[in-house]
Amino acid sequence: MKKLIELNINDRIYEVAVDARDLLIDVIRKKVGLTGTKKGCGDGDCGACTVLIDGKPELSCIKLAIASQGKKITTIEGLVQEGGKLHPIQQAYVDHGAVQCGFCTPGMILSSKALLDRNPQPTEYDIKHELSGNICRCTGYKRIIEAVEAAAKVWSKEGVQ
Amino acid sequence: MEKNDLKSKWNLTPEGWNLEGVPAYQDEKRYTQVGRSVPRVDGPIKVKGEAIYTGDMTLPGMVYGKIKRSTYAHAIIKKIDFSKALELPGVLAVLTGDEAPNKWGIVPQSANETALAVGKVRFYGEGVAAVAALDEETAEAALELIEVEYEPLPVLLDPFESMKRSNEVLIHEDNKGNIMAAGDQVYGDVDKAFAECEYVLEREFHTNYPQHGFLEPHSALASYDTQSGQLHLWASSQVPHYLHRQMSIVLEIPMNKIRVTLPAIGGGFGGKGEAASSEFVACLLSRKVGRPVLVTFDRQEVFYTNKGRHPCHMKVKMGLDKDGFIQAVDFDNTLDKGAYSGWGVVVMFYTGSMIHLPYKVPNVRFRARNVFTNKPSTGAMRGLGGVQPRWALECMMDEMAEMMGISPYELKMKNAIESGHTCINNMFVPHSEFKKCLTTAVEKSGFLEKQGKLPFGKGIGMAGAYYISGTAYTLYQNYKPHTSVMIKVDTEGGVTLFCAASDIGQGCNTIMCQMVAEELGIYYEDVHIQSGDTEIGAFDLGSFASRVTYASGAAIKMACVEINQRLKETAAGMLGVRADQLIIKNHEIYSMYESKKRMPWSKAVETYTSINGTIIGMGNFSPPRRKGIDIITGNRVQGANIGHSPTFGFSCQVHEVEVDVETGRIYVRKVTEAGDCGTPVNPMSVDGQVEGSILFNIGACLYEDIKLDANGKLLNPNFHDYKTPTAMEMPEMDTNIVESYDHTAPFGVKETGEGAVQPTFPAITNAIYDAIGVRFYNLPITPEMVLKALKDKNK
Repeated sequence: MKKLIELNINDRIYEVAVDARDLLIDVIRKKVGLTGTKKGCGDGDCGACTVLIDGKPELSCIKLAIASQGKKITTIEGLVQEGGKLHPIQQAYVDHGAVQCGFCTPGMILSSKALLDRNPQPTEYDIKHELSGNICRCTGYKRIIEAVEAAAKVWSKEGVQ
Repeated sequence: MEKNDLKSKWNLTPEGWNLEGVPAYQDEKRYTQVGRSVPRVDGPIKVKGEAIYTGDMTLPGMVYGKIKRSTYAHAIIKKIDFSKALELPGVLAVLTGDEAPNKWGIVPQSANETALAVGKVRFYGEGVAAVAALDEETAEAALELIEVEYEPLPVLLDPFESMKRSNEVLIHEDNKGNIMAAGDQVYGDVDKAFAECEYVLEREFHTNYPQHGFLEPHSALASYDTQSGQLHLWASSQVPHYLHRQMSIVLEIPMNKIRVTLPAIGGGFGGKGEAASSEFVACLLSRKVGRPVLVTFDRQEVFYTNKGRHPCHMKVKMGLDKDGFIQAVDFDNTLDKGAYSGWGVVVMFYTGSMIHLPYKVPNVRFRARNVFTNKPSTGAMRGLGGVQPRWALECMMDEMAEMMGISPYELKMKNAIESGHTCINNMFVPHSEFKKCLTTAVEKSGFLEKQGKLPFGKGIGMAGAYYISGTAYTLYQNYKPHTSVMIKVDTEGGVTLFCAASDIGQGCNTIMCQMVAEELGIYYEDVHIQSGDTEIGAFDLGSFASRVTYASGAAIKMACVEINQRLKETAAGMLGVRADQLIIKNHEIYSMYESKKRMPWSKAVETYTSINGTIIGMGNFSPPRRKGIDIITGNRVQGANIGHSPTFGFSCQVHEVEVDVETGRIYVRKVTEAGDCGTPVNPMSVDGQVEGSILFNIGACLYEDIKLDANGKLLNPNFHDYKTPTAMEMPEMDTNIVESYDHTAPFGVKETGEGAVQPTFPAITNAIYDAIGVRFYNLPITPEMVLKALKDKNK
């Protein structure tokens, strides 16, 4: 029996009909059509499906859609700034070569954002620790960590919305 | 001549020399687009989440396919009853292996795989049937309704047991002894050489069973048009061309009725270097139901079907003369093939060719057999065929240096090859900066000051390595150019490169744009690229064997000659100078002698195309063929030319580890690397490849291993139990690109994608020895092994 629910994704309200067992990732990807959120393992191990729920990173592949009502969900598509400008974290990932195959990238960027929102001047250890739930097999993480450090600098200087 | 004295800025001849005969690398002004750390062309769409991967696609009328998997590792399929599944509302079709029995395989000579199992399953999780349904939930429910009756057969999980019991059980009817392939190679007189050696060491090494763990699971979307008979397949693959061929064989459709397109690819590392069952099933189901079908694997299915690294059981004997020069290597390798052939023959002979470099070895005996077992098949994984023997050989050299009482650095420098080396198997190395790699990594890490002098529990270890670059694939059905490119120039579309090469995340699209821009005298941002499509792009074998930069570079250079010639002739008439005295650079065409005679590049394009229309340049590349022989006798040696390539990349790694003697846990603290990748087309990308390689094999050395129970069922087919390194395991990494220019290579390039994984295992293993005085001969080196070894040592 499907139920009609409202989800606030990237500041837009989507009305979706879901089963009680429907996972948030499947609703975001298939019903809403935002395919930037990736499914790498389906078990909550790899972090590719990370979205922000009320600012906190959560694994959308092990989260029920119905449990996400009334909350503010941010996916990678919600990060782009006014006029299509990249968010400083996104820009830093591009500039520092932190993107290779790109499949972990959306989740990695959202985890980075959650960290910088909470701790705008993280140490290298803070970054490693925060991103340890996001697996990347291409980069060896070094450039990802550099990108987050660079974004933190830009952020503290210029600020972001 | 001092480097700064050179003011030349002329174009290169095809050999890589400018008109004054000065090597291009000495000319700092030579390259403007190659050698720049530009951001990836696909970077912005990937960070915005807008890149489209196969699983993100939807087509009108699209339905979903799912595969029913075997619950036995070895069994005869007695009966498949899918009548109940077909009755389930929403189910459109069920497919079984009998409907597509043609055998496929990446190596045509050993093709033995079918889209779905036919008559028998050979590993746990093999596909036995597939369903197409309106949605994924229905497809999954339908799988539950398919009843398969099996007659279990004995399960063989160890290659030695598999050979021993082959009289009783054969995994493939045609392969006696359960041996997929075997080969013997002898070069020189090994026994005589050993008899004269001062130092001889024999060891056995056993490697593990890791998998690639790329983050994007296999995904395939097929759309068969029942009216035209045209099939379009979008797939997560490294090898669109091979996919194209295999699809044609299995579906019995001519190749010109099939088009393969690669959307964005979420990593491969060799795992997507063959066709996958997802692709066959999507195509077969689409043809059956007349609608587009999407098949996306879940992570468990990736672990079942993806072809990881061959476990190798290696017996190695190495002999040095009294001065420490290597005189002979005897190498015996038993590889664990798993259930199907895949790249097996190639991997087996690569482990043989790996003995010949990067040190001079005058006498070699290689014996190998690749043995079928009832496990998920093994295949190509980053550093194919190199990682296992490199580990053994570099660990042995460390041990032999100790026997001799010298530093492993000294032993390796003594034996290191140099430019112009011909190996005993006739492989030719035109250019090598291997010694520079060894010296750079050792000096920058302070290896000589630290080795043997660190406190107990801390250690440092080093290893050298090499890998092929732009290699020939000798088992292809004919020897056509391995890469073709087409470059289109006009006033409307600008410059577009068409090539079917596949960017799997390594960044070849960006560097191909850089190379085109370099040759045409424009900027890399000006170049559009159409890659990974068998219909739009010109022929390319695919992304494997570290071949794309070299091969596409050579083809691009050739294609640009034609375009530049036309534009120069056009400009020559307009400027009143000779065409052969014109240079094209930074969007300008100008005389090399009269700098006032110049005009915009776009003006020449406009003028030429106004008269003749669009300019097309074609280029292609065939790697040089070289016989695999014993160069002393001149006798042909089977498999010896596998691994031959036009040039080779080299590297050295120094690892510093810390062993927690309480828990047995090993921490890699710092890695100092130096690599000879020729000209780094995009140094930032080179560093990214190297850093990724290091962590990739730190994982395989210390954590990653597929575990099976006695029945062949996988125990850890998920990222929860199969441990890969996270950011917390990342060591400090100091990667260095040594100055290198191979004048035989296009733009002086070499590989960097797979060479850098080679030294990681032995450098860590040698560092652990330095830390706790224990040598390990099995992988992965787990905390349990460390604790046991420490306990045994203290007895």
